[in-house]
Amino acid sequence: MDPILIIVFAPLLAAIIAGLGNKALGKTGAKLVTTGGLFLSAALSWPIFLGFLGGSTSEYVVPVLKWVQSGDMTFDWALRVDALTAVMLVVINSVSALVHLYSWGYMEDDPDQPRFFAYLSLFTFAMLMLVTADNLVQMFFGWEGVGLASYLLIGYYFRKPSANAAAIKAFVVNRVGDLGFMLGIFGTFLVFNTTSIPEILAAAPAMSGSTMTFLGMRLYTMDILCILLFIGAMGKSAQLGLHTWLPDAMEGPTPVSALIHAATMVTAGVFMVCRLSPMFETAPTALTMVTIVGAATCFFAATIGTTQWDIKRVIAYSTCSQLGYMFFAAGVGAYGVAMFHLFTHAFFKALLFLGAGSVIHAMHHEQDMRYYGALRRKIPVTFWAMMAGTLAITGVGVLGVFGFAGFYSKDAILEAAWARGTGVSQFAFWAGAVAALLTSFYSWRLMFLTFWGKPRWIESEHIQHSVHKTPQEAGEDTTGGYHPHESPWVMLVPLLVLTIGAVFSGYVFKYPFIDGSSDAVDGAFWAGSIYFNENLVHALHGVPLWVKLTATAVMLIGFLGAYVAYMAKPGIPAKFVATFGALHNFVYRKWYFDELYNAVFVKPSFWLGRQFWKLGDIGTIDRFGPNGVAALVQRGSVAAKSIQSGYLTTYALIMLLGLIAAVTFVLL
Amino acid sequence: MDFPILTVMMLVPLIGAVACLLAAPAARTIALGATLVTFGLGIVLWASYEIGGAQWQFHESYELVAGFSYAVGIDGISLMLIMLSVFLMPICILASWEAITKRVGEYMAAFLFMEVLMIGTFAAQDIFLFYIFFEAGLIPMYLIIGVWGGDNRIYASYKFFLYTLLGSVLMLIAMFWMVAQAGTSDIPTLMQYDFPPGAQLWLFLAFFASFAVKMPMWPVHTWLPDAHVQAPTAGSVILAGVLLKLGGYGFIRFSLPMFPEASADLAWLIFTLSMVAVVYTSLVALVQHDMKKLIAYSSVAHMALVTAGLFAFNVQGIEGAMMIMLGHGLVSAALFLCVGVIYDRLHTREIDRYGGLSINMPFYAVFFLLFTMAAVGLPGTSNFVGEFLALAGIYQASSWVALICTTGIILGAGYMLYLYRRVAFGTQKNEDAAAMPDMTPREWAMMAPIAAVVLWMGVYPESFLAPMRADIAALDAQIAAAAPASEAQLAAGEPRPEAANAVEYESHEGEGEH
Repeated sequence: MDPILIIVFAPLLAAIIAGLGNKALGKTGAKLVTTGGLFLSAALSWPIFLGFLGGSTSEYVVPVLKWVQSGDMTFDWALRVDALTAVMLVVINSVSALVHLYSWGYMEDDPDQPRFFAYLSLFTFAMLMLVTADNLVQMFFGWEGVGLASYLLIGYYFRKPSANAAAIKAFVVNRVGDLGFMLGIFGTFLVFNTTSIPEILAAAPAMSGSTMTFLGMRLYTMDILCILLFIGAMGKSAQLGLHTWLPDAMEGPTPVSALIHAATMVTAGVFMVCRLSPMFETAPTALTMVTIVGAATCFFAATIGTTQWDIKRVIAYSTCSQLGYMFFAAGVGAYGVAMFHLFTHAFFKALLFLGAGSVIHAMHHEQDMRYYGALRRKIPVTFWAMMAGTLAITGVGVLGVFGFAGFYSKDAILEAAWARGTGVSQFAFWAGAVAALLTSFYSWRLMFLTFWGKPRWIESEHIQHSVHKTPQEAGEDTTGGYHPHESPWVMLVPLLVLTIGAVFSGYVFKYPFIDGSSDAVDGAFWAGSIYFNENLVHALHGVPLWVKLTATAVMLIGFLGAYVAYMAKPGIPAKFVATFGALHNFVYRKWYFDELYNAVFVKPSFWLGRQFWKLGDIGTIDRFGPNGVAALVQRGSVAAKSIQSGYLTTYALIMLLGLIAAVTFVLL
Repeated sequence: MDFPILTVMMLVPLIGAVACLLAAPAARTIALGATLVTFGLGIVLWASYEIGGAQWQFHESYELVAGFSYAVGIDGISLMLIMLSVFLMPICILASWEAITKRVGEYMAAFLFMEVLMIGTFAAQDIFLFYIFFEAGLIPMYLIIGVWGGDNRIYASYKFFLYTLLGSVLMLIAMFWMVAQAGTSDIPTLMQYDFPPGAQLWLFLAFFASFAVKMPMWPVHTWLPDAHVQAPTAGSVILAGVLLKLGGYGFIRFSLPMFPEASADLAWLIFTLSMVAVVYTSLVALVQHDMKKLIAYSSVAHMALVTAGLFAFNVQGIEGAMMIMLGHGLVSAALFLCVGVIYDRLHTREIDRYGGLSINMPFYAVFFLLFTMAAVGLPGTSNFVGEFLALAGIYQASSWVALICTTGIILGAGYMLYLYRRVAFGTQKNEDAAAMPDMTPREWAMMAPIAAVVLWMGVYPESFLAPMRADIAALDAQIAAAAPASEAQLAAGEPRPEAANAVEYESHEGEGEH
């Protein structure tokens, strides 16, 4: 049996066993089965990845089962393994296995653990189906499958109204993107008469000059197809306009945020663009859109990240922003670099989320950073892990010596945007540079508020519940006598493993991802699984020195800003808010997207539904239709009453007579 | 002659119906036995249906009176719809097992009689025989709503009857004209007959009047929500599961093959009504407080995809429409059963009276979730295959229609998840709802088979597509000449010489470290 079959189906099997065997298996059984399944998958994934790294493995497809054949349209269940898939396999399975393990500790007091672990494994299965897809429809299957798992996990605490609302929002907003994805698949089938990804990619260049009509507009075929598919990617990857679900998704348990809403599912859109990169390369307008949307998102989300108080929301906006980086990297043609950032980001962002989970665990479920402070010595392992994550995301490093993961991947993105040399790519470069400054600012703000300064714990209601004191009763002692405890080892071990990834994954893997191999720019590692733009990679290595140093410089400025505002002169943020109240409110309220969508889409939908129902169905159709006739009948006839006597035989007789009468009438 | 299996499949429930009337105390057992035997015969039918064989199989024909014969026989399309009917029937009997307490004998007889008529409708090969089965199928349904329905059952059954009667008279007149013109009442012959284009329009409209109501298409859909709300659970199951498929079957069997030119000319009308239905009824479903009404409105939206798919004039559209009919037949039936399960416990369909059911009824919540997701069209479930193919077919006809119809997947997710949230999630705010026990073995026996088939159809739909393939290909070939041109108008152009992100680069010294 091919290992890929085990990799993909072990999590499904584990999910079914844990989910349905819930009662018989018990908590520990369910946890063992799912976690064991994931560690097995992870262990089998690394050799495949290393095989591609060493050049000893080449792409192959394992057919599984026939799926649909309808006229010319056929698509089957099959597992495709190539370099791009291999990257995703290690990311998904490694992070998922660690998150499973971490959840043993984090979810320890939860009564519904088998359900939780079953969902996690189900998610992993769907994600694996997505990245191993050989045709667009199976990719869509995985796409929707992860959407389902995300919905279930966001709404995991289903007694909470906010969790339910967030779950529905995530599903429905994603469906808006899916509408684009589906239309994209339909259009692709119309043009290429196939849904097989390799066949589409092979045929795409020849179609680059063709045109077609879409909604009455005459457009370049490849542009419209790629734009439609990209709309799907925007939904799943929370890009500007379809991003509103991601921050709310933080209602889910923190391990879920780490796995689904940081490391894996939200990167599916980036994966899709990279998977279809030869197709996107035939669509200049679509790529321009990818670049602009990505750059705008990376700036926009970073601004919001600087104002939020909820530790998870800060990291959520950070994720949104980092996904923007990946998209504009893809937009300028640096798909390998986009995948590199996806890879490193998976480790350090999962680390930051799990670290935040550890803080929340220590602080009795308090998530508001205003009530943290001075936790550095209380939870030292968590602190150092978060520190590694922060160094990685802000891109700390020295050119030519060593850097943390983000140093290599984010810098390469900015260099690629500069090297691409068009107006749009310049815009992306500057947006990315400003966002890097903001990234550094909000990341250090998070660190300073959480780990430095004075304890502000007693202000938190959660802590008050724990210590049974009000702030007045606590008086001078702002800890309220609360003792934060470091998390158990089962949570710390995943943190430490991810720390290794956050520190070294950039340094170790930069050559294969960006160049293809360590001694030449040849794309050898990718082996045709993405579009490898050799000239662009040469050009990104040749950018001026100041471009290379830009990311480091803005990182330092952001750090200094955060240091001054939250350590040296803590009065500054309040003063800033007082002076620029309108601006702060605009950013703090997330640019009013939720309010806008509520006013434009949600409320009108319900209003229209009521109008159609009351005025359309009841007020018009029924009134002049059946009720009108009924009124006419009832006015003149008592017979109607006797018909409604409720006796079966009478009904049967009348129905029969009616039928006979109708038949006789026509026969005569 | 071979074993007349189709006739036997009709005789078994017919005898069962008579037995139920005569031996009322044992009616439940008799009905269950009869429907199970019929289902068993259905499996034999499916197993012995020869894929790729003759178009019409299991043919039986007896001349009765001049010009009117008892002729039955099936192709793959009929086979699948018959399977759907005989599969749902035993489940309906189980669903009525405890819920029906008065006039049990008559009730069971009505169901068995309806099974006869449904099989007859799908198997009839004589146009008049079809008409009789097609229209007579309403009588037991009318009785089931009118006698065993809810408080407002008389209004609902009256409305149901009035609507459906309207179309049938016109259809009958059209049938007489066709038989006079073609000189035969044999359906397979009529399917090959070229009616003059001028007459096709009127014939099409006459049939359309009947099928549109049965479907139901907007704006003649308002009988459906009332009928569902008032019908007992099993009545809703059959109504949504099978009776709503009669309209679609009619379009496939009569309108498209017999009046292809008129169908193509009026495709714009079908498309328009379907687009309105998708958006309109989905929004109406969003604001319902009554569970059955919500699912009824969602049925109208799903059926609109069927009509749009059929009139896309291509294989994907028609196969997709058939798969939606089968998938929706299972899923909406299952959703009505889900409503029935909790209605039997609390005797209300008011959504707000429930909440937090996943706490006290976890297995129920799992089944309900599965069927909710299937209704939303999640890949891996039956409805996805149908919706995907139908929309792919529609896109080939028109991107506008495809866009509007695809918004149904957003709105569908909205109203179904909103329903699920209010029923299964949240806190247990009502004590009586919180005290409801989880599913009984009888209820498991109703839900589990449907769940299995829903997944089967989603993962390996080939079992269901294969028998229909040749028939739909033949239909497609027959109507291809009339098919309107694709609106996409794909035009080849000179391929652009280089990739979008082509970068000029000359190798030079001093590439920096990264």
